[in-house]
Amino acid sequence: MSDATIPHAGAAGAAPAGASPSRIRPVPFRGGGFRPMPRRWVGPVVFAVLIAVWEVGSRFGWISPIVLPAPSEALEAFANLARSGQLALHLQASLSRLVQGWIFGTLLGVAFGFAAGLFSLARAGIVPLVAAFFPIPKIALLPLFIIWFGIGEESKVATILFGTFFPTVIAVYGGVDGVDRGLVRMGQSFGLSRWSIIRKIVLPGAMPAILSGFRISASIAIILLVAAEMIGAEYGIGAYVLLAGNLMATDQLVAGVAMLSILGLTVSWLIGRLEKRVLRWR
Amino acid sequence: MDLALSHVSHRYNGVEVLRDISIEAPSGRIVCLVGPSGCGKSTLLRFLGGLERPDEGEALMAGDPPPGCLNPLTYIFQDFALLPWRSARGNVSLALEDHRLSRREREEIVADVLARTGLSDFADALPRQLSGGMKQRVAIARALAVRPACLLMDEPLSALDSQTRELLLDDLQGLWERERFGAVYVTHNLAEAVRLGHHVVVLSRRPGRVREVVEIDMPLSERKARAPELEAHQQRLWELMREEAMAADQEIADV
Repeated sequence: MSDATIPHAGAAGAAPAGASPSRIRPVPFRGGGFRPMPRRWVGPVVFAVLIAVWEVGSRFGWISPIVLPAPSEALEAFANLARSGQLALHLQASLSRLVQGWIFGTLLGVAFGFAAGLFSLARAGIVPLVAAFFPIPKIALLPLFIIWFGIGEESKVATILFGTFFPTVIAVYGGVDGVDRGLVRMGQSFGLSRWSIIRKIVLPGAMPAILSGFRISASIAIILLVAAEMIGAEYGIGAYVLLAGNLMATDQLVAGVAMLSILGLTVSWLIGRLEKRVLRWR
Repeated sequence: MDLALSHVSHRYNGVEVLRDISIEAPSGRIVCLVGPSGCGKSTLLRFLGGLERPDEGEALMAGDPPPGCLNPLTYIFQDFALLPWRSARGNVSLALEDHRLSRREREEIVADVLARTGLSDFADALPRQLSGGMKQRVAIARALAVRPACLLMDEPLSALDSQTRELLLDDLQGLWERERFGAVYVTHNLAEAVRLGHHVVVLSRRPGRVREVVEIDMPLSERKARAPELEAHQQRLWELMREEAMAADQEIADV
C-alpha cells in the first residue's frame, strides 16, 4: 500500500482512518436477543382470545355443534355435573388414585434413584432394568395389572405407580450424578460422615433435577390416570370422558378434557411453588 | 504436627504424573508447591490430606494435633467449595455439625471465625450474593473453625482478580502471624509463593519431580515492606521454572 491511499486520520477528526468524514455513522448493533423474558399477561390473553373466537364461531354457526360444542355448552355440561353431585365423586376417585399412585411411585423412585446414584452394585442392577421397562407403555400392562391386582382401585394405582417410578429413578440418579464432586470432596475433607454427605450435600444438590423429574412424572401420572379409568371404572374423570364419548355427548367430553387440563395446570403450579421454596438459593 | 510425603509416585491411566517425590511440611511453617501446569501439584495435596492414595510411597504424619483440633488436615479449595444453599454461617457450621459440640459452642465458634475473617455482617448472605473474595473468606473461616493443625491450600487465590488476591494475601499473612498454623500452599503464582512460603518446593514438568527446595528465611511480617529483596527470590524461582513451563506449554495434552 502506498502512502497516497491512506488518508490522514487527523483530517477526518475522530473518524477511523480510511473513512471519509461524510460516512461517519454508528456501529450497527448486532447483539441482543436469545433471552426470552417473562411476559405474565400473554398466556391468559392467548387463552381468552382462543376461547372467545371459538364461542363467537359457534354462535354464528361457523363451527357446527356436532363437530365441536361451544365453550358455553361445555360450561353448561360442567354446571350440570356439579349440580347433580357427580362432580365430587368423579374428582375424588381420580384424585385419590392420582395421589396414591404418584406418591408411592415417587417414593420408590427416589429410593431406587439414590441407590443407583450412590452404589456401584445398585447402579449396575437398576439402570439396565429401568432402560428396559421405561419405554414400555404402562397402559399395555394394565390387563396384566388387572389380573394381578383385580379390577378395582389397586390395578389403577399400580399403573400410575409404575408409570411414575421409572422417570423418577432416571431423574434422581441423574441428579445425584450431577452433584458437584468438589462439594462431596469438601465434605470428606472435613471428615463428615457418609450419611451427612448424602443428607446435606448430595440431596440438596440433586434437588433441582429431582423436582424437574417430578414435573414429568406428574404429567405421566395424569395421562395414565385417564387411560386406567377408561377400563372398568365407575367414577373418575377418565370414566366420565369415556362415557361422554360413547354417548357422543361432545359438550360433556370437552368439559371433562378441560377438567384434566386444569388438573395438569394445578399440579404444575404446585410443583412451581415447591421449586420456589426449595430452590430459593439459586 | 508434621506432615510429609515419602517417595511418592503416581500414574493416571498409565501416564506417569509424579515420580519419587519426598516433601516435608513441618508444623507452623508454610510450604509452597510451585510448578508448571499439569505437574501434579494438586494431586500431591490430595495425597497429603488423604483424599487420594498414591500408587507408590505414602503420606505420613508425625506428632499429635494441638488440643481442641477437630480436623487436623483441612483444605481450602480453589473454587471455594461452598454449598450454594447455605448462608455463610451455615457453610461454616457444616464443618462442625458432625462433631460433639453443643449448639451454643458451635454458634460461638462460628461467630468467632466469621468475626476473625471480617464476615460478621455477611453471616446470612448466600454464596451467590458474595464476591469471589468474600466467598474465599467464608471458606477460610470454615477452615479455621475446625482448628486445623495443617492447612492444605489448593491455589486458594487463583480464581480471584489481582486486587482481591492482594487483599487476601494480606489476610492470610495476618492470620498466620496470629495462629501460626502449618500449611502446604499450592500455587502457580510465584509472587504468592515468595510472600507466604518459608520453603518453596519447585516441581518439574510431568512426570513431576522435586527440582529444588528454596528456603526464604525473611519473616512473613517484613515481606511486604522488603519486596525488592523478595524479587531476587522470585527471579531465581522463575529461572528454575522457566524451561519447565515452556516445555510443559508445548506438550500435547493427552491426559
